[in-house]
Amino acid sequence: MSLTVENLSVAYRSRRGDITAVDNVSFRLADGEIMGLAGESGSGKSTIGNALIYMDPRMKLAGGKALLDGKELPLADNDAMRKLRMTEVSLVPQYAMSALPPTRRIGKIITDLLRSHGIKDRDEVLSELLRRLELIGLKDEILRRYAFELSGGMRQRVTIIMSSLLNPSLLIADEVTSALDVSTQRAVGEMLIEFRDRGYIKSAIAITHDLSILAQIADSITIMYAGRLAEKASTAAITEAPLHPYTQALIASLPEVGVRHEDTTLTGIPGRPPSLVNPPSGCRFRERCPFAFDKCTETPPFAEIRPGHQVACWKVSQEHGGGTRVTVPAGAIADGASTEGTGE
Amino acid sequence: MSTLKIDQVSKLFRSTSRGGGLTAALRKVSFDIPQGEVITLIGESGSGKSTLGKIILRLVQPTSGSVTLDGKDIAKHPQRAYYQYVQGVFQDPFSSYNPIYQADRVFELVRGTYFPRMSAAEWDAKLEGVLDAVALNPADVLGKYPHQLSGGQQQRLLIARALLLDVKFLVADEIISMLDASTRVDILNLLVKLKRQGLAILFVTHDLSLGNYVSDRTIILRHGAIVEMGATPKVFGNPQHDYTKMLLTAVPELHKKWKHSPLGPVTAAGDAVVAVDSALATDVISANGSGAVATAVAHATLLDELSHAEAVVKRDLRAVFSREGRGSTVVSSLLEPPRLVEFEPDHLVAEPE
Repeated sequence: MSLTVENLSVAYRSRRGDITAVDNVSFRLADGEIMGLAGESGSGKSTIGNALIYMDPRMKLAGGKALLDGKELPLADNDAMRKLRMTEVSLVPQYAMSALPPTRRIGKIITDLLRSHGIKDRDEVLSELLRRLELIGLKDEILRRYAFELSGGMRQRVTIIMSSLLNPSLLIADEVTSALDVSTQRAVGEMLIEFRDRGYIKSAIAITHDLSILAQIADSITIMYAGRLAEKASTAAITEAPLHPYTQALIASLPEVGVRHEDTTLTGIPGRPPSLVNPPSGCRFRERCPFAFDKCTETPPFAEIRPGHQVACWKVSQEHGGGTRVTVPAGAIADGASTEGTGE
Repeated sequence: MSTLKIDQVSKLFRSTSRGGGLTAALRKVSFDIPQGEVITLIGESGSGKSTLGKIILRLVQPTSGSVTLDGKDIAKHPQRAYYQYVQGVFQDPFSSYNPIYQADRVFELVRGTYFPRMSAAEWDAKLEGVLDAVALNPADVLGKYPHQLSGGQQQRLLIARALLLDVKFLVADEIISMLDASTRVDILNLLVKLKRQGLAILFVTHDLSLGNYVSDRTIILRHGAIVEMGATPKVFGNPQHDYTKMLLTAVPELHKKWKHSPLGPVTAAGDAVVAVDSALATDVISANGSGAVATAVAHATLLDELSHAEAVVKRDLRAVFSREGRGSTVVSSLLEPPRLVEFEPDHLVAEPE
């Protein structure tokens, strides 16, 4: 088990008191698993990613813990975390342009990074760097370029190479494909898969709001809503047979190629997520949910409805619940995309 | 009924990074934007789609060709009146705001320029109306600083800002790529609603499924030239150009996986150094409106009008054009787009380049 997150709560300090952006979240990541973490802005998906690597001064660990390869991550201790960054946990930030200093050549940024992390044998790392550049089709000439001389896709691939250079156990990729063209998106997505397959990274969390990208690259998908987990299952189960009403509405709102406004008018989800300053009790999707009933004023447990398929919804647990395990419909995990991702 | 007519528009940029090479951002692009239509402009980074949007918004001057509104060159319209009818919303909401001011200052600027005499009550009602149209709660966004708003909220504020004016043409440059999936489609539906009220929208995107969903006509740009254009169902339902077909296979779909093959070299198109988007790309060449390739003499005159900051580039350009004939040959070969052939009514396909 690569990563185990138990009852993690993360709060932001504010003048009006702490705002719990991630509320009691637990999940596991198997070795070799790419987990997609999806949700709307403000759902806490990036906060989870940041909490696992760098608690900035606004953030506070409000409870819970995370274990990476059996060892607890010192999430609240920034100095101790620093020793693990890049070597054990690494982050690919959302905006590659802002992540790369504009006044330094790419090669210089990388050697600076290695020096500041106390890497002794830099030559060996640098020759590995050249191999990886070649693998993804970038010329080593880009090491002499400045960030602004590269296209968005090149920059994003350079940041992924930098983040994974020391073979971290966990790579957190935060919205790495959002600003890219379709063909470049595909190149970056396939690069993540390739790096996982080659063991450059042991496991990854891909944070995005784009479910169709996750359908391509992730083994399992976790859906967040207003700071809590709503549903976690294999990619095929989420895209083909989602159970949580939020996931269902989210998938229904995505235009697929070929769907036209004149023929099918898709609808978004009415309303907006609740404010996290004083979140409502019970299920947080209640206000927007077409199936809400009186039970929903209590907080639903994140229950395992089927093997490897967890849902936090009273309606779903009533329909599938009672302790009886329902067999997974054929096709839900048939393509074998991620039996490893959901298995214990 | 107004029409925005784009006629043989070309744009050359000179890249400072690639040894001073010329980049043709647009090559003799022509089409009309009638009112009440959504036209999707699809292309990858560097295809020139944003440049065209900027030319329509008068933020960039075309090298040759013209854009006319009601038969009159857009550069000749008074600026204030022009921006009352033609507005834009851009790709990156994070760089559209001044971080030291509250985000709703964008509304106040509009009020100061266009509605200085409007009463506070009237203004508030108008503001509430446009915020409601983009599904924002005034209490959530008014009085906040940009860093306190999500990207989606920032973007919707900018659409609301455009709606405050009497817009007839909206250039929507990748406006929903940073929005949440659950609200994205609402913005698209909003665009359709505005279109039915007579708004013309140039919807610039790299997302084919969104473009297909919302638009009446589709234009596919590649390296600054149109490779395929026509009625959206025809272009998407029966794509003819190899490039269109390639784009369609790269689209991530929920229910169909890419065929993942181990990484090989990545195509040059995705890798090209994008001079157009680079802050250092400098606009250096301009020609008369005839669309003819500029002569060295014409350039020398124009170059004198360039600002001091561009002096270095100017020197390089003079070097290009002083070599007899060669400069103009380079320019004309750069500008010549592939020929468009009618495949079926309302469906044009470019010949292979």
